[in-house]
Amino acid sequence: MPEPLLDVRALDAFYGDFQALFGVSLRVPPGEVVAVIGANGAGKSTLLKCIAGVIASRRDAILFDGEPIGDAPAHAVVARGIALVPEGRRLFPSLSVEENLLIGGQLGRGGPWSLPRIYELFPALAERRHLPSTSLSGGEQQMVAIGRALMSNPKLLLCDEISLGLAPIVVRQIYARLPSIVAEGSSLVIVEQDIVQALKAANHVYCLQEGRVALAGAAAMLTREAISAAYFGA
Amino acid sequence: MEWVNIIIQGVLIGGLYAMFAAGLALIFGVMRLVNIAHGDLIVLAAYIALMTTDTLGLNPLLAILIVVPIMAAIGYGLQRALLNRTLGDDVLPPLLVTFGLSVIIQNALLEVFTADSRRLRAGAIEVASFPLTEGVWIGVLPLLQFVVAVAVIGALQLLFYRTALGRAFRATSDDQSVAQLMGLDNRHIFGLAMALSLAVIAVAGVFIAVRTNFDPAIGPARLIFGFEAVIIGGLGSMWGTLAGGVILGVSQAIGAQINPGWQLLAGHLAFLIILAVRPEGLFPKVQG
Amino acid sequence: MTASFHVEHATRASRIGTAAFAVAIVLLAAAPAWGGRDDLRLLSEIYAYVALASLWNLLAGYAGLVSVGQQAYVGLGGYVLFASTIEAGVHPLLAVPVAGVVAAVVALPVAGLLFRLRGHYFAIGTWVVAEVFRLIASQISALGGGSGISLPAAIVTEMAPSRQLREFLIYWLALALVVVVLAAIVLLLRSRYGLALTAIRDNELAARSNGVDVTRTKLVVYVLTAFGTAMVGALIFLQKLRISPDTAFSVNDWTAFVIFITVIGGIGRVEGPIIGTVVFFVLRQTLADLGSLYLLMLGAVAIAVMLLAPKGIWGFLAERFGWQLLPLERRLRFAADARTT
Repeated sequence: MPEPLLDVRALDAFYGDFQALFGVSLRVPPGEVVAVIGANGAGKSTLLKCIAGVIASRRDAILFDGEPIGDAPAHAVVARGIALVPEGRRLFPSLSVEENLLIGGQLGRGGPWSLPRIYELFPALAERRHLPSTSLSGGEQQMVAIGRALMSNPKLLLCDEISLGLAPIVVRQIYARLPSIVAEGSSLVIVEQDIVQALKAANHVYCLQEGRVALAGAAAMLTREAISAAYFGA
Repeated sequence: MEWVNIIIQGVLIGGLYAMFAAGLALIFGVMRLVNIAHGDLIVLAAYIALMTTDTLGLNPLLAILIVVPIMAAIGYGLQRALLNRTLGDDVLPPLLVTFGLSVIIQNALLEVFTADSRRLRAGAIEVASFPLTEGVWIGVLPLLQFVVAVAVIGALQLLFYRTALGRAFRATSDDQSVAQLMGLDNRHIFGLAMALSLAVIAVAGVFIAVRTNFDPAIGPARLIFGFEAVIIGGLGSMWGTLAGGVILGVSQAIGAQINPGWQLLAGHLAFLIILAVRPEGLFPKVQG
Repeated sequence: MTASFHVEHATRASRIGTAAFAVAIVLLAAAPAWGGRDDLRLLSEIYAYVALASLWNLLAGYAGLVSVGQQAYVGLGGYVLFASTIEAGVHPLLAVPVAGVVAAVVALPVAGLLFRLRGHYFAIGTWVVAEVFRLIASQISALGGGSGISLPAAIVTEMAPSRQLREFLIYWLALALVVVVLAAIVLLLRSRYGLALTAIRDNELAARSNGVDVTRTKLVVYVLTAFGTAMVGALIFLQKLRISPDTAFSVNDWTAFVIFITVIGGIGRVEGPIIGTVVFFVLRQTLADLGSLYLLMLGAVAIAVMLLAPKGIWGFLAERFGWQLLPLERRLRFAADARTT
């Protein structure tokens, strides 16, 4: 079995005294899409934040390309090739659409993604490149957020609830682009409340429940009943 | 005609005030910190210029080339070693620490240089002036300082809106944690911002040293002028601070003409009026 | 069935503390009997700084209004005292509360302007106000203009016939003033206003959404602080017998020292300024003639305390050992508890 791109081993996470994750383990094989689903408060966003370095963890709890990065700060993690599309988009209001994309490429990591390539992926953005980023529609903002993360040419792209607050048709449009992203060489971890989309897009699924992995397996193999049970904790 | 000369003098010194303001506004914009030691750092720059010209025998205006990098380095070091630790939600720590810094700088300068008044000599340029029209004279040095001030502010605008570093500043100011996700190290960005602020302060300090007598105690007044210019002009706009500085300078000049003891009061009055009538300033940044 | 309860403020530690305070006050009131002229002067200075620091602490540590311009009211108090005694023939001892009232009235429009500024900019704004007061004072020739004025002998003797009695009177007034200021602060903090202040201190937004009228609370505190500060200022300059714009509105004397005292002693706790003043004067006596080096070191210590032990000496001790000198806690005692004790 090939070495996983991302190897999370028995990860614990705390917010002060409150423990949000209990010994979570997860693997992302290179070139694959992993979905993390679960109810609100299950710890999905926390998991992504730990991987991205926003929350500090035990050094060897997170291995990327074989290297321990658990305690690396966020800006160092990006330099290694992991990019996070944060929950709620979080675009920079003082920057235009194009500037938001450019700052994503601040580090100058080499790779297939560049400004023209992003505009190819999301043509709607090209027309609005000089507008203030916050004047765009929700779906367009989500595209900017994804494009911004791609500009750092990540080997691993983490997507935190990209369907949040978007109309189903817009969600479908965005998810339709994911295969191109994978084709260019990034692996994906998508955190989703929209289980249908998640299962369609992913190769593997992890279901979190109250900070623990309740179910894991290949997307095609999991039954509805099993997922339901894991999600709600029957 | 007398009044025209007065107004012109006020405008020209307004450029200097705008420089005080620009350094202050920059820091506040990027990291929400108001540096109470700002004025004392201007005075520190003046003394460094003094030491430079004494030991190297340079013309003070050339000394700028040496003072600017020194002050920038001090700014970077100060931010990373001390001020980064004060940043957070609480207003108290940065305020008190920079206040403490102000006291320390003033008293250190007092110990080393005593309270004697100093002045840097720039040669004939100090008194040179030329006629604009009949009866209206413009000092060469004040004009030079004004032009440099405008250039500095223009350069800052360019930096903030057309360069990658400026983007980094604006992004960090918008959202510190997401800026980190772009690979930006906040501690380093803040250090650069402080270095930039102190570089601007360095130029202002040298100009002050040439223009008037200075001693360790004049720092707080410079801080107040910079602050008033920022408030009059409006937070968030570099050109606004230029306008604010000019308005302050002109108010002071008019006040001085009416009664020499009213120079500073007239400036404060202008500030208080703006604060009462239009607290967001004359040219506030309109948030998108 | 409704539970009835009352709020208890004292703890065993604070009962001891309050008793100790009472004993101390009696001893200090008797100081003219056991102390010399210099002792009385030193003690008066200590009282003044305890009062100023406590008031600054109320403003900054509780109401969240960090002012670096309280010297405005110290100087205003001094000048109102000189003006009212010289120009209006007010008795010098009566002029002290008069100074307080004038300052409170002035503080209202000042607050109206300053409250338009937030946080750091508010702080500098207070400095500007102090500068404006200083500049205005130096323009008033009737009060000596830029060089200042001495209190005329006739007014000095109005206080009391002998110098010794005058000094005793001023000393007792200083002691009374600091006791009143501390008592007022403790009572304020124990009242509903105090609860509002603690809420504001902890989280202004939450306080606002819980119905606390934040602006009005802050205004009340600002005006009361101005009132107290001006009275202390009036007394300080009554004792000095001479006033000038630079001494009246000195940032070093009335703000730098006060802030450092409060930071080192412990912001946001009533005991802090008291501890801080003691430390300050001990340092001053032992490091006497260092001049500007002394201020430099004080600044460095204050910065170190702010970064390493932001709660100050008393804050550290109170958190570590749960100490409390003054009855300021709030405990709910339900009627049912009475049965179990």
